[in-house]
Amino acid sequence: MSREGSPTYPLIRNVGLSGMLVSFGDQLDEATNRATLAFRGAVDDLALSGVVETATSLASVFVRFDPAELPHERLHAALADLLQTRDWREAPLPQGRRFWRVPTVYGTELAPQLAEAADLAGLSEQAAIDELGAARVRVLTIGFAPGQPYLGTLGEHWDIPRQSEVTPQVPVGALVLAIRQFVLFSTASPTGWRHVGQTGLTLFQPEAADPFALRAGDELQFEPVGTAEFLRLRETGAPQGGAIVSEVSA
Amino acid sequence: MRALRVLRIGPSCTVQDGGRVGYIGQGLSQGGAADRLALAEGAALLRQDAGLAALEMAGMGGLFEATEPMRIALTGAEMQATLDGAPLVWNGSHRIEPGQRLEIGAARRGVYGYLHLGGGLATPQRLGGRSTHLVAALGAPLAEGDILPVGEETTPAARRVTGLCLDVADRFSGGELRLVESFQSDLFDPAVRRRFAETPFTPGRRASRMALQLMSEGEGFAAAGQLNVLSEIIVPGDVQMTGDGRPFLLLREAQTTGGYPRIGTVLPCDLSRAVQAAAGAVLRFRWVSLAEGLVQQAAHDAALARLPSACRPLLRDPADMADLLSYQLIGGVVSAAADPFEPRDEPGAET
Repeated sequence: MSREGSPTYPLIRNVGLSGMLVSFGDQLDEATNRATLAFRGAVDDLALSGVVETATSLASVFVRFDPAELPHERLHAALADLLQTRDWREAPLPQGRRFWRVPTVYGTELAPQLAEAADLAGLSEQAAIDELGAARVRVLTIGFAPGQPYLGTLGEHWDIPRQSEVTPQVPVGALVLAIRQFVLFSTASPTGWRHVGQTGLTLFQPEAADPFALRAGDELQFEPVGTAEFLRLRETGAPQGGAIVSEVSA
Repeated sequence: MRALRVLRIGPSCTVQDGGRVGYIGQGLSQGGAADRLALAEGAALLRQDAGLAALEMAGMGGLFEATEPMRIALTGAEMQATLDGAPLVWNGSHRIEPGQRLEIGAARRGVYGYLHLGGGLATPQRLGGRSTHLVAALGAPLAEGDILPVGEETTPAARRVTGLCLDVADRFSGGELRLVESFQSDLFDPAVRRRFAETPFTPGRRASRMALQLMSEGEGFAAAGQLNVLSEIIVPGDVQMTGDGRPFLLLREAQTTGGYPRIGTVLPCDLSRAVQAAAGAVLRFRWVSLAEGLVQQAAHDAALARLPSACRPLLRDPADMADLLSYQLIGGVVSAAADPFEPRDEPGAET
């Protein structure tokens, strides 16, 4: 979408009364996303008094602050200065990232919209399973619901639209797809994206010492398994549906 | 155990405090009491910390019993309230004894009523808070038979009074919501933004702790290129336009990111008025500059800080006083200056 007087990025804008947003683009790409992860870390390292919390979205860094302690002009200037210190789009990914291999059932009654999504991508069901099952995707951001990742980026033919009708509910662990991304649901939820796979992951466990399983920058691969194997993992209570986690070597 | 027994309860009653700060980056919105002002009013009436948890009652209260003598306060949407059948003043603080039955009925006006307890509700903390966050499945609505632990009083004994009340301005009948422009406001034509502020809205049926649907006559308020917006951060107070340009006011329990564009953000200090608007109330929006919004919010915060000194002794109507004869009506044994309910903030002033 191009509008007259399109802004140039990076761009600093106000969010309501007590937020500021530093955006690195209006499209999602690899470099934009790396910039957000690195810039958020740098804002946190500044430890500005008056900053309440920070977060990333797909292409931006959000800073929530107390304007009584940190006036808008002062935060704006600090963020603008920080933007100048380097080319954030060249920044490396954060340290301590992990790689998750996640047993996933594609299609069947557990994930009933695989065929529809494959069709929209111009692939047979089997070709879709082969592709999606081999894709190594990254946590681009966590948002919408607790611990819930946006994962990408998939190939261009997966640039399929959201449905016009919302699916009333998909279960916890549902892998849904639209616009070259997966979302992996951390709570049972309605969605406009298509339910292509089902995992045994529980991404938000409020009682656990570390309630949020994933971190931005983590990588995941959704490896195809049969329904029988998936149900066996579920019945035996395998932690996180049998997912195998390892450190990403830089 | 110092506790409140739930003998009967409405369908949407939850434990609420100020919510959880610091988890937006993990996808967990702050949550907390829908009417933050009511939380502060209850704390002022009980002379205690506003961060303590209270019972939030949406539309309908319940029947309760305390295991020990306790102080309570009632705030927010006014509900029919009685103690062993005798009416209790809303926006007031009272004492209840073990075995007495506290009954709270339907809201007469507004949506969310609050029951506060001296010492606060002491349900287990999770992620640094006690708030039930329905969207995150963090806690659940209360049910008949629940026993809610109540914390020990932290208010010094000399200040542990009851029989105070607050005069509360009407925020339960709709009215004006002030909003500032936000980072997506310019996706909407100036004419659409103007028309938005000229349109009366009524709350729709799809109201929850997450969002308030806003109904209006006439065409919607669509943005240009509405469906191509990248998902972005959401803050409470954002007014989001769905695909057909119908507005939803997003509240403290909203999702943390979303793809629908937002026309502006309602000032935090006006959210109490928004959430307390029941079916039939009329809400209107007024654009204010960022500078004016900051001034209005600061004035509200200052008024919150003054709430404790705004509490005054509850004057009973002699006609309602069954125990009139037990009061000493003449004699001046106690001077007015030594009124035990005199609301002053100096330590020891109430002794």
